Order: sequence, then structure tokens, then C-alpha cells
Amino acid sequence: MEIVCPAGTPAALRAAVKAGAHTVYCGFNDETNARNFPGLNFDRSEMRDGVAFAHSHGAKVLVAVNTFPRAGDQPVWHRAIDDAENAGADAVILADPGLLDYAARTHPGLRLHLSVQAAAANADIINYYARTFGVKRVVLPRVLSVPEIAAINAETEAETEVFVFGGLCVMAEGRCSLSSYATGLSPNMNGVCSPASHVEYHNDNGALDAKLGGYTIHRAAKDEPAPYPTLCKGCFSAGGQTGHLFEDPASLNAEQLIPQLHKAGVTALKIEGRQRSKSYVAQVVRNFRAAVDALEAGQPLPQGMLARLSEGQAMTTGAYKKTWR
Amino acid sequence: MELTVGPNQFFWPAEQWSTFYRELAGTPVDRVVLGELVCSKRLPFYQDRIPEALAALADAGKEAVLTSLALVTLKRERKLTAELAEMGVTVEINDLTALANLPQGTGFHVGPLINVYNEGTLAWLASLGAKRVCLPPELPLASVETLARAASGLGVAIEVWGHGRLPLAVSGRCYHARLHKRTKDNCQFACEADPDGLEVRTLEGQPFMAMNGVQTLSDSYACADYHIEALAAAGVSALRLSPQSHGFSGLCQAYRARLNGESPRGALASEVRKISPDIRLSDGFLTGPCGASWSADPASA
Repeated sequence: MEIVCPAGTPAALRAAVKAGAHTVYCGFNDETNARNFPGLNFDRSEMRDGVAFAHSHGAKVLVAVNTFPRAGDQPVWHRAIDDAENAGADAVILADPGLLDYAARTHPGLRLHLSVQAAAANADIINYYARTFGVKRVVLPRVLSVPEIAAINAETEAETEVFVFGGLCVMAEGRCSLSSYATGLSPNMNGVCSPASHVEYHNDNGALDAKLGGYTIHRAAKDEPAPYPTLCKGCFSAGGQTGHLFEDPASLNAEQLIPQLHKAGVTALKIEGRQRSKSYVAQVVRNFRAAVDALEAGQPLPQGMLARLSEGQAMTTGAYKKTWR
Repeated sequence: MELTVGPNQFFWPAEQWSTFYRELAGTPVDRVVLGELVCSKRLPFYQDRIPEALAALADAGKEAVLTSLALVTLKRERKLTAELAEMGVTVEINDLTALANLPQGTGFHVGPLINVYNEGTLAWLASLGAKRVCLPPELPLASVETLARAASGLGVAIEVWGHGRLPLAVSGRCYHARLHKRTKDNCQFACEADPDGLEVRTLEGQPFMAMNGVQTLSDSYACADYHIEALAAAGVSALRLSPQSHGFSGLCQAYRARLNGESPRGALASEVRKISPDIRLSDGFLTGPCGASWSADPASA
């Protein structure tokens, strides 16, 4: 199986490639990609150099152009696709049907992947994207169980890619405006979710309150870890109960499910984390590469390979296990 | 401007469901979208009542439209979605999966849960037969204006979310079930207890969201009162009113009066508050700093 690794910076790209990534994904440093954070991503010449470096080491580069173009400003997104092809990208990752239509018409030689932001969650729509735009691979939304993924692969020719490690979106991706409702900035339009610019911490008699857009969504007692206030993983009350009503502040770790995902026909395993440091990326990549190499060689998976990175942090297999729903 | 009633987002007892659509036939709205948007498990409870509601609405001169499900994952849901095309009624797609099932050349409507953010996607949908698009509520007025201009050249009517709790997210996970320590497969229809969604507050007790099964909504009710002139000038052809369990006929009349120029700016919001005294209003996605903002609130200006 192919491991698809995050690269938020040129340095992270080189680290991921050296650590054994089969494929790296990254984006331009503007609102055309869904990790539009300050100090992150690639300018045009960095992208050309990054692709050349990866290719010289036998790795591929996918360029994410996966936000939804703003009405009146589509040329910015079109140029990102043009420039990705010019930089030598092995594929572009798109979510917006208008952009897919543009790419299929104007860049017939460019390989198209469907972003998780398109939330294509069944075989009918995946086959439709494949038929209509020539999409070759679909990144599945994080709302599906392993048997559902197997059923999709049995009915579609398109390759599937699934998330195995890192942040966990609990809402259907690309269809969530919680962040925009509370802060005015959105994943779909601005490439950000629960943006740091709208986070405030207040120390109240030793307890640390975390606010997002003025809404208090987490309270950590003294000595308790204070997770980043992501909306869907916040603490709320409803129906007389208070707690993490949507999702616990946990990361996804599906390392132990790799053999099952392989059996389910998944082509590629995606690691989330373009905002993470190059040493983090290198370590995660090394571990996942070791796991898929072991699998290919028919050897048992290394146990608990990511324990060090997960220490003190809650982990979940999310929707891959049906009981999550 | 016309009024469209969107699909009911909540789970109501079958009799209440029937009564709602019977009464709707007598209101001054032009179009009604009905069927199940949020959770396929709810549909069997009222499915056999749909033909009667469609007939009553048609008799009253309303255009009746059937919605697709918002998130299609299961085999059963794919089948339901495919069968919509065979009902002989215009379909409003709220998941692109429905496109895969519509016979080529069939006209269709596009609901607010499809990401129509730009002219390219609008033109692509129009080329497939889209006749009417209700834009995602998240879009700012500037985008609405650009898209309405593009739509007029494509022969597509543009609708904007006018009233009701805003659909903010949809998930594979049922939050109502989770709150009751159940799984989605064994939810025991916990969402039926909350006919307008269950209020979700912050740790400081501030109202924030509402849960509705697999859906997350805004706590506030959108109200387009302060933007009706701008929307009309942009070429928006209809406002969408989202069903609520109380006072809905009165709301339809209040919106009609405002569109007819019989009540001034701000009077509609007052009327909405009279009908539902406990609700908070918002219109921030159109012009405010964030979706939850409200024009009449000085802090939101």
C-alpha cells in the first residue's frame, strides 16, 4: 500500500521523502488549499524544487487545490491547477465540481484525485466522478466503517485513499460551516477550521478556559492538559449533560487496522498533519512505511509503533469501527 | 420574490407531519420541498403520507419538490436516492449522489447542502439540467450577487436561505443517540423528543448550536429581513423558509407581507420574535463578521 504523507513546508517534504514516503501532498501558500495557515505551504518555485526533489528520490507529489473557489475570483484557483501541472505534480487533489470540470477540460493529461472535502461517501457518486471527470482516486470521508469501505471498493474502479493518522474530522468534510458560524472563517472558503486568530485563553482561579470566537468550549482544571479548542471537539451542555457531545479531543490512529484496510481494497493510506513539524512528519512516516513494508513482506505489524507520538494524547479509530456512530 | 419552504429538518410524529403540510397548502408560499433530508431511518414513519401531501400542495397551486438525503452512505440510502428520480416529481439534490441517478436531461433543483460557491460549479450544474439553486447559507452577500448575475445568464433561478435554524454540519455519527449513550443503529429515535432540535450551550451557558440526529444546526434562527432589498436587487428569485414546529403559517404570512412591501425593514424581525419569543436571530453569513451575528445588534455591525 502507498503511504501519502503531509508536507506543510519544503523542509517537511524533504524529511518525509527521506523517511520513506511513497507520496507527499502539499499546497500553495494561499487560500486555494485547505491548510491555509501562516508560514505554511509552498510558493511556485518551492513547489517546482519540491517536486524535482521528490521525483529524484522516486517519490510522488500531489498538490491539494481543495478549497471552494470564491465567486468572482476563480482565476486564482485555476492558476493553482495550471501551476501544479507546470511544477510537475503527479496529481492535483480537488473538491469543487467547477474546478474538476476546469481541470478535466483544460488539462486532460493531469491526473485528478477527489479531495476528502468533496465528501464522496458511496460507490454511486465515486463512479460518477470517475465517469464525468476522469477522477482516478478518491480520498474517502472519515464517516465510513471498514466494511463500508470494502463495499465501495468492490463497486468502483477508482482507487481509494483513507486517513490513518492525525486529526479527525467528525463532520462530513467540505460540508461543515460550524467554524464560519462562530468566527467568520471557514474550511470551505478560507481553508481554516477553528482558526487560531479567534482563540483566547482565560485563566480563572487556576482553571484555564478556552474560547473560540467568544464561545467558551473548554475548561481545563489546574494540571489538566488544555487541548486546542476545535469546535466539534469542544465541551458543551445539552439535555442536562455536559461533555464532549460531538467528539472527544482525540486524534485518529488506525495503525492496527492497516491489514483490514488492505483487505478492504484501499490503495493508499493518508497521514494528516501539514501543520506539524518536519521531525514529527519524519517519525510518523518512518513508522507507517515500516508497517506497510512488513505487511507486503507478510510479516506481523510492529506493535504500538506510534506510542511515543500518542503519549498523553487520546486516540480513536473513529468511524472505522461502526459503534462510533 | 417567491417563497420556498425547504424540507423539514426535524423528526415529527406522522400526524403532526401531515397536519403541517395540510396547513401549508393554505399559506402564501410558492413552492414546497418535502421528504427526508437528514436521516433515512425517519422516512418509514411518514413515507406513505407523502403522496397525499404532494397532491394537496399541487391542488393549492404550489410547486411540490422532493428532497434527496443530505449524506448518502448505506445501500438502502443509495436505493432511496435512486428511486426519487422515478417519482414523477422534481427532485432537489442535497447530495451529489442524486445526480448519478437522475436520467440525463431531467431538470432538477439544487439544495443548500450542495457546495455551489462559484460560477464554475453553477455553470456545470446548469449544463446537467439544474433549474433552481438554493445557495449554501454560508455564502456572503457579495458571492450571492455574483452568482445571481451568472445564474440569470444560465436560466437558473437563485434562492437564498431566508428563515430558520441554519444547517451547519452533517455527520455519519448520530449525536442524539450519543447523548443517550446509544449507537446510531440503536438510536430509538431519540431526536423525536426535540421537534426543533436540542439546544446546545457553551460552558458559560451561552446558547450556541442545536443537535438534530446526525445534523448540527445553529442555535439562532436566520432571518433575512434586513437584506431583502439587496437580495431582490441582486436578482435572487426566492427566499427559503425552513419549517419549525410552531407558528409556521404565521411566519409564511409575515414573510409574504414583507416581500409585498406591506411591512417595513425590521418589522418582519419583530413579527418573527412575536411568533417565537424565545429565539435568537442571526443574518451574519450575509454581511456580518460571522454567521451568528445579527444586523440589529450593534455589536454585529
